[in-house]
Amino acid sequence: MAEEPTGDVDTVEKDIVDAVEEDKPEPDPAREAVVEALADAIGSALVGTHIKPGLDTTVRVARDAWSETLAYLKNVQGYRWLEFLSAIDWLPSPFGRDMEAEQDWIVHGRDEKDLPAMQTGLAGGDTRFQVFARLMNIDTHMGITIKADLPDDDVSVDSVVAVFAGVEWHEREAWEMFGIHFNNHPDLRALYLPTGFEGNPLRKDFPLLARRVKPWPGIVDVEPMPGGDDEEGDAT
Amino acid sequence: MTNLDSRGMIEAEVSNQAQMRYISQQAADARLNVEIETEGMTLNMGPQHPATHGTLRLVAKLDGEQVVEAHPIMGYMHRGYEKLTEVRTYPQVTTLINRIDWLGSFANEVPFILAAEELMEVEAPPRAKWIRTVLFELSRIANIALFLGDMGVQLGAVTPVFLAFRDREFVLNQIESVTGGRFHPNFDRIGGLKDDLPKGWIDDTKAVMVKMRDFCDELEDLIMGNEIFQARCRGIGVIPVDKALEYGLSGANLRASGVDWDMRRDNNIGMAYDECDWKVWTHPDGDSFARYWVRLQETREATRIVDQLLDSMPAGPVMAKVPRIIKVPAGEAYVATENPLGVMGYYVISQGELTPMRVKIRTASFSNMSISPWLLEGVFVPDVITILASLYFILGDIDR
Repeated sequence: MAEEPTGDVDTVEKDIVDAVEEDKPEPDPAREAVVEALADAIGSALVGTHIKPGLDTTVRVARDAWSETLAYLKNVQGYRWLEFLSAIDWLPSPFGRDMEAEQDWIVHGRDEKDLPAMQTGLAGGDTRFQVFARLMNIDTHMGITIKADLPDDDVSVDSVVAVFAGVEWHEREAWEMFGIHFNNHPDLRALYLPTGFEGNPLRKDFPLLARRVKPWPGIVDVEPMPGGDDEEGDAT
Repeated sequence: MTNLDSRGMIEAEVSNQAQMRYISQQAADARLNVEIETEGMTLNMGPQHPATHGTLRLVAKLDGEQVVEAHPIMGYMHRGYEKLTEVRTYPQVTTLINRIDWLGSFANEVPFILAAEELMEVEAPPRAKWIRTVLFELSRIANIALFLGDMGVQLGAVTPVFLAFRDREFVLNQIESVTGGRFHPNFDRIGGLKDDLPKGWIDDTKAVMVKMRDFCDELEDLIMGNEIFQARCRGIGVIPVDKALEYGLSGANLRASGVDWDMRRDNNIGMAYDECDWKVWTHPDGDSFARYWVRLQETREATRIVDQLLDSMPAGPVMAKVPRIIKVPAGEAYVATENPLGVMGYYVISQGELTPMRVKIRTASFSNMSISPWLLEGVFVPDVITILASLYFILGDIDR
């Protein structure tokens, strides 16, 4: 549901540095208007919204309304510039969160309680896979991220090549990297990977072989630099 | 004797004529046949074609001299950075992403660092912003200088590329004397920069900017007015605005189609572009010539930005207070900047760990190149090179 604009605009001057959105985020009428218009257009298919005032908009729509939403944003709201389309795998990595030696569950074994719950990001989410795209309105200079949940038993979504011709390569990449099927895509084949490659490398349960062969020293490496201050001791 | 001879000659002539007629008929039939059953030809360019910065293979189906369809085949340089970032701590990520667009490396680091800063709610001190912007623009100059020379090579002019390599070195020297690396600075940090500028650097850089403006003037004289360059580039590879937007073209490719939009001016986050006076260049034509023209103007404009920022450089620290071990709070942030090749952005998803949970890297060349199958349809073979060169992509930036 669209975030309602905060009723009375807080006109009290705030200290810019310290006013990091406490309870009342600053209103962003332009972005809210777009979200409301989208809510009117696709109705209950809009399942989640999130606005970072002055920065960004994220909306989550039902899978069936995926191409309808993109077409609406392009043709009506003027989001004509395609930034990218890709996917997210929200599964907590079965190899440990940081893929570091101490947390490597494959090597050290793990308890069920170690397994963290699946988190989801802005505008929420219920499923492991999400497809997300970003469009930009080059007249108002506002970007918008659109997400859609994909159920685990049918990881597919309609292709939007008919709306944005340029999405063809992005969808091919998401297909090979995440195994997401794009219905009615004209030429769904591997973009980067060699023919016959098995698996979907960007899925969280796809092991990074280099790390399996030789565990990363990880946290062990972080030592104070001799004579260094607290600037950083990591990764230099 | 003479009669006999002449008769003999006449006979010979007659038989020659009959033969000629026969041959020409055969040839006409053959031509007819060729027209009826046209056999297409598949031309395989690459994977090591010199027109590509990296390894791109282009399979073009030809009908005579015309391209019927073109399929770029990527992946020869795919290094899996999106996967690798998931197992690198935030400061380590910059080492990787340096290598995406290797001609303008510093510019690759900035959007990622800005996205991480947005999540951590850290802001770099003013001086760091200024230096970041200066180094960003120096990367742009070094990057596009090579394009300006390289475009000549694609059209058979070898001199400009030597000029480009010669003058780019001055810029790289300046980058090196700050960061320690000619190509891979790895200098940007969450919350600021690794170090301050060395002594005397500002004056040296100003001298280099004068040289780079001379370089632009020289190339303008040498190439832009050249008859062959004009004939090969004007009206070739025209991209209409609608197509450019739909394919997500950005940077000079988009502005050469007449779109007046520059992230530096319109979506400026965490950089000092608002502090100086500069202009966004556009060209209405959308052809190869326009793309070259816009890039040349942008290089010159970048030298002006650098000059102004060096004059107005504030004093102060270059690093904000950040924890030694960086854990980025959970959240999502997307920051894009106007890189030398176009808009580059990082969609960073953090779950409060040492490493990002997912980083989606939006690179300019990927989108710029995705229009090529559409754009190359129906063009002549020699123009394929011109068009690809004018789109200006770097394979590391496509494959990631």
